[in-house]
Amino acid sequence: MSIDLKARRPSAIELERRAFRRQQSTRSVIISLVSTVLFAAVIWFAVVNSPGWQQVQNSFFNWDTIVQAFPRVGEGLWLNIRVLFYATIGVAVVSLLIATVRTLRSPVFFPLRALAAGYTDLFRGMPLIIVLYLVGFGIPGLNLFARMPLEFWGTIALITTYSAYVSEVFRAGIESVHPSQRLAARSLGLSYGKTLRLIVMPQAVRKVTPALMNDFIAMQKDVGLISVLGAVDAVRAAQIETAAAFNFSPYVLAGLLFVLLSLPMIRLSDWYTARLRKREQMGALV
Amino acid sequence: MVKSFGETEVLRGISLSVKHHEVVALIGGSGSGKSTLLRCINLLEQVDDGQIFLDNRELTDPRVKQDEVRTHIGIVFQQFNLFPHMTVLNNVALANRQVFKKSKHEARAEAQVLLDRIGLGDKANEFPDRLSGGQQQRAAMVRAIATNPRVLLLDEVTSALDPELVGEVLDLIRELKQTGVTIVMATHEMDFAKDVADRVAFLDNGVILEEGTAKQVLTKPREARTREYLKRFHASR
Repeated sequence: MSIDLKARRPSAIELERRAFRRQQSTRSVIISLVSTVLFAAVIWFAVVNSPGWQQVQNSFFNWDTIVQAFPRVGEGLWLNIRVLFYATIGVAVVSLLIATVRTLRSPVFFPLRALAAGYTDLFRGMPLIIVLYLVGFGIPGLNLFARMPLEFWGTIALITTYSAYVSEVFRAGIESVHPSQRLAARSLGLSYGKTLRLIVMPQAVRKVTPALMNDFIAMQKDVGLISVLGAVDAVRAAQIETAAAFNFSPYVLAGLLFVLLSLPMIRLSDWYTARLRKREQMGALV
Repeated sequence: MVKSFGETEVLRGISLSVKHHEVVALIGGSGSGKSTLLRCINLLEQVDDGQIFLDNRELTDPRVKQDEVRTHIGIVFQQFNLFPHMTVLNNVALANRQVFKKSKHEARAEAQVLLDRIGLGDKANEFPDRLSGGQQQRAAMVRAIATNPRVLLLDEVTSALDPELVGEVLDLIRELKQTGVTIVMATHEMDFAKDVADRVAFLDNGVILEEGTAKQVLTKPREARTREYLKRFHASR
């Protein structure tokens, strides 16, 4: 073999191969770049040259209106962020509880299991907006509780709906942990609860993290729906500004702010998913 | 052939040629590069330097279609890697149907013939997890040869099996040798290698330290390192 191992100098064949691969990847990059630019140009050209573009531009992308609406919409977004914060904590607690209940095996727990199953069935099927109305206008109407701000009931409604989804994700995760892990933990003398908490849950959560992130991002924008209760969040503020200016630009602003809000989480979940994949597929090329 | 993973050089200059209908056994401790060598041949790993030829065609040429090359090379893994969501029959018929575009009927009929031949005909419609390890591994081997590859690579195919199940898999390899299949196998079964392999190569630390007829390498090794390995190997048995 004529390969010079000491100097680690690649052979002429290998050098030619590398050059070829580089050339191939350069070509792919150029092709994708050109096609992207071309595609964007076609869309842009079609929109800008449409008969109604001037009007649409004026009523949706009016810079002055956007600037004017910014303080109020921004303040509304701050409310969304606070609601999101409490809703996330609430969803984490409630959904974990429901998921745990649903995985209990003993017949003693049948009523609890049935209740949890009924809950997930009901609230996964029910449109969020209807839950918002029922919780936001119905529960205060009972006159059981002290007067609470609208966003409080909005948060409760979000927790109610999203816990149903997220508990199913957790349950899938719990059930995807191989039974042998439970056996091994119980064989060490760990109780059922400890087994679940120390052995099953950490593995389950790791497996379903991408799905959880997905639900989190979905909730992040559904927070905007609390505006139907009248809470002055970003969407509601945009509505008010729109009515005042006879211009839809504040909605565009609110939409963009929501996108900006979700971007870090989207990137984070992409990064985390990629990292998991890398770790699980060590050394596999195909 | 040269291959490294990051800083670790796994293959540090391997040269090996295999003739048609020949059975070559690769022996050596874990980490010696046996599996990596096999995976490189099948283009599952990209070599860092060197060339691989199959029937005078360079496989390592970046212009060749990797998928097409792999249809001519069968590989069987230590952990069987049968697809758990398909019946044994569909596992065996898969490549012929999807890659070679044979009709469902034809591919399944051929798969059934192969399974019958190795005594798994009645398990054809079972799912892999209903089979014993030995049966699964035999099914995996039949899956690999169903497309009549030019060479069959066996990567420690008996290492994950109960001792009592090893025999049936080795018997199948013997049978395959009779039919003239070219085989390169990484193995820890020294007696079997002595019996079946035409040649044996001892890998150590990423190089072929010694190569020769099975009898010569396994009974009268020239290199001290080979002698040491074989001695320790037999002592642990």
